[in-house]
Amino acid sequence: MEQSSEKAMVSRRGLLKSVAAGGGALAAGSLGVHAMGNMENLPPNVADWSKILGEGVDARPYGTPSEHEKDVVRRHVRWLTASTESSINFTPLHDLEGIITPNGLCFERHHAGAAEVNPHDYRLMINGLVDKPLIFTLEDIKRFPRTNRIFFLECSANSGMEWRGAQLNGCQFTQGMIHCVEYTGVPLKLILEEAGLKPNAKWLMPEGGDAAGMNRSLPIHKALDDCLVAFKMNGEALRPEHGYPVRLVVPGWEGSMWVKWLRRIEVGDMPWHTREESSKYTDLMENGKSRRFTWVMDCKSVITNPSPQSPITHGKGHTVLSGLAWSGHGTIDRVDITLDGGKNWRTARIDGPSLPKALHRFYYDFEWDGSPLLMQSRAIDSSGYVQPTKNELRAVRGINSTYHNNGIQTWHVMKNGEIENVEIS
Amino acid sequence: MLKFPRLAIAPIACALWAVPADAGKLNLGREAKPVEVRAWDIDVRPDGQGLPDGKGTVSQGDALFQERCSACHGAFGEGIDRWPVLAGGRNSLKSERPEKTIGSYWPYLSTAYDYIYRAMPYGDAQSLTHDETYAILAYLLHMNDLVGKKFELNKSNFTSIRLPNEKNFIDDPRPDMPGRNMATICMTNCKSDVKITRRAAIIDVTPTDEKNPSASID
Repeated sequence: MEQSSEKAMVSRRGLLKSVAAGGGALAAGSLGVHAMGNMENLPPNVADWSKILGEGVDARPYGTPSEHEKDVVRRHVRWLTASTESSINFTPLHDLEGIITPNGLCFERHHAGAAEVNPHDYRLMINGLVDKPLIFTLEDIKRFPRTNRIFFLECSANSGMEWRGAQLNGCQFTQGMIHCVEYTGVPLKLILEEAGLKPNAKWLMPEGGDAAGMNRSLPIHKALDDCLVAFKMNGEALRPEHGYPVRLVVPGWEGSMWVKWLRRIEVGDMPWHTREESSKYTDLMENGKSRRFTWVMDCKSVITNPSPQSPITHGKGHTVLSGLAWSGHGTIDRVDITLDGGKNWRTARIDGPSLPKALHRFYYDFEWDGSPLLMQSRAIDSSGYVQPTKNELRAVRGINSTYHNNGIQTWHVMKNGEIENVEIS
Repeated sequence: MLKFPRLAIAPIACALWAVPADAGKLNLGREAKPVEVRAWDIDVRPDGQGLPDGKGTVSQGDALFQERCSACHGAFGEGIDRWPVLAGGRNSLKSERPEKTIGSYWPYLSTAYDYIYRAMPYGDAQSLTHDETYAILAYLLHMNDLVGKKFELNKSNFTSIRLPNEKNFIDDPRPDMPGRNMATICMTNCKSDVKITRRAAIIDVTPTDEKNPSASID
């Protein structure tokens, strides 16, 4: 296993070297780089697509990306989990721009596969410490006043494989358990008020309709603050893998609380300590103590491009560095960039909307002189919190805490433009 | 004289339109019948709320476990391949490789009842009876050396069973990064020397797509 990985690495390097040296069309094609192209389509010639008719309307009633983008897909790590039904895959962050993730590229995390729910048979039950237990149909939920909000969703295990050291080569795998979409839904507060909360209502237990019956304990203050019961993402119905027809939205908090295929919410006076908030999603410290109810996703950032899956192929000269920053505590105030491993920092330009608990896009343009770089990004959120280094996290939490690794990522850019995941002194 | 009432009514109507959320109950949904709530309300809490009537012994649980659970979890809860290990691991939490099992890590027995009844066996959820769930739990407790082989678990003795790691759970103490704030951030000449200390290229476990070697990961 180790040997074949090593081999794959070597062959990847070989390809990159030949590209950097202005190598053949085969190598360029393998990398998805169109350095050479087809001379017949290039000036002074006129390309085929400029002469003949293209596909008519309705050729693809539900549009799909260009065939040249077929490698831009979610990917999973086979050895990470026992089966694909209780597993996770990763958003291809290195190929995306802006702050909105396309629905088909939003990472998936299931505990018992993606339930296929018939919307006509969908029901949401509210029971427990309420004046009147209620059952809603999907149509009932769509008759509540609606709101549209953009939020990131990050799994608390994002970057969890990196606690013991740099491991995976690509931000899709090191930071890709995140997506950010616009949700259309109903404030959870309105649905709870419809049932009427008893005075001793302190906790909720949202429960999924999948075969895991995914359940978590949610404190009432969060539920009444900004949680949504959502039925659309990016304008269209939720995808089955994201909870069709209805999911919970818990802004800024770890993804496992955003219960999908939401079938029931029980209201109670104390937490349930379910499996997914005790045996899992708790953070084991060096002294044997475990932190529980670690809900908020702290401030974090990553340079998405260039990165190991998107090497610098253009050689020296003007280079665009693109990245993402986010915080479960609010907006991003600032992102700093270093190219020399933290000796000197420059402030990046945040571009596009700056919304609380949403992804932020940042850019830093620079002239690359072709020498090796150690690139990092460091985000600061609206609470004044500064993204820590991985070693600062390890000093406090050890290496067995699995979750909530928001440490600074280092990419080593080599002379040939290839990039690897490293850690530095 | 007639103008006053008209002016007074208009702003009230506007206010109601602008804030439907405060307009009171919307009369949406229908009341859930007790039989419906009973059927769907399957959760169990550490204080015993939600525990159904029922009972099961270690030996009944052993037989059930071998039939329904051992294909993934192994005959003694040791875990096959990457499926979860359910027994052992005591005193491993401070070690290099902690083993988190029901006996070594889980804080409450109710968590195991709640999870097994709602989600196990994997791919055949909610197929166990309450007696079967009690029995499988009794066997799991026995495999973790927490009860003897004659033990019967039931609704009345359930909350008297405490798991060893309960006291080691603490609430979230974050923020926990000392000295990281805007005032102390260095921007220039922050380090004199930088060395690469770890590289993913050396312990490269990056997934590759054998079927499509030209995939973007390569």
